[in-house]
Amino acid sequence: MKVTAVVPAYNEGRTVGSVVRSLLPLVQEIVVVDDGSADRTAREARTAGARVVSHMLNRGLGAAIGTGVAAALDDDTDIIVTFDADGQHDAKDIERITAPIREGAADIVIGVRTLDRHLMPVSRRAANWIGNALTFVLFGKWVRDSQSGLRAFSRQAAEELEIKCDRMEVSSEIVREIRHHGWRLTEVPIRPVYTDYSMSKGQGFIVGLKTAGKLLLRRLMM
Amino acid sequence: MPDWRGKIFYPRYPRYPRSTYMLLIQIFILGFVAFALWRTVGRFRAGELKRSALALWSVFWVALAVVTLLPHSTSWLASVVGVGRGVDVVIYLAIIVLFYLVFRIFLRLEKIEHDITLVVREMGLRGVEEGAEGAEDMHV
Repeated sequence: MKVTAVVPAYNEGRTVGSVVRSLLPLVQEIVVVDDGSADRTAREARTAGARVVSHMLNRGLGAAIGTGVAAALDDDTDIIVTFDADGQHDAKDIERITAPIREGAADIVIGVRTLDRHLMPVSRRAANWIGNALTFVLFGKWVRDSQSGLRAFSRQAAEELEIKCDRMEVSSEIVREIRHHGWRLTEVPIRPVYTDYSMSKGQGFIVGLKTAGKLLLRRLMM
Repeated sequence: MPDWRGKIFYPRYPRYPRSTYMLLIQIFILGFVAFALWRTVGRFRAGELKRSALALWSVFWVALAVVTLLPHSTSWLASVVGVGRGVDVVIYLAIIVLFYLVFRIFLRLEKIEHDITLVVREMGLRGVEEGAEGAEDMHV
């Protein structure tokens, strides 16, 4: 089975190269979506051996995932994995999160960071719980890590996936899609790597609030 | 001649029936409600509004119509929160109009944002190799 890793990257020149190199032996293709970065993200990714699709403007995480999935579907891939470019995921987890799809037991797999609780800083854990609760209230599905960046889609699920949210709301939107399409979900524990660098990335408090606000507006008005 | 000194004069309003004052603004509000309902249904038919949003907005506008036709139904609320002046109605009306406009702008902005994303995506996918080089040069 052909596995494609989709790596959305915005100004991740410091880490994207090593992330791509760590993925190389484990997947058949790597698509890095350079989301309008101002640094050397695209060059680092290409040098490391990834196929690079560049956004000429920064369009956000959801837009980058959408582009990466579209690029991956162009080829005859069977499983699409989304993988963060900031180095917070361990490439060794790819095997575990793709397994349920290989076995035909799931359409989508989410890598759950909260299972080994002590690995996650308290502030992140609280923010994560709020994200989960909000996702549940708005979209009616409880997942244990709604904001996780490590997921695997079967080809069929990826084809059905319709991403309308361009920014960080995409994580919750994917949960909505699970319910909407009736995908079989499996949650697999993964090992997050919290370095100072990966902690500085991702959603800070203010961005998290903005994401929550946008989700709320969307749910109420659309 | 009565002695007016020291007395306070209150101006006398023209003696129209009270209902005449209300009628004009009632017509305005009802007309606006009709317009808003028409637009809401139109947007639903065009597929821009979900069924739940249609229901929400319809309830909102119909509630406004009921309150307009039976203003006394709000008097208890007015007394509770402490407003009872006619000028407040104008302010409320303005807020409603603003809210409606903000709603429309929000929808349009979201659509434009997403359209930009679709264009950027298409350009990125078409220029996987050579376009990417050019885009990189622009930033560096």
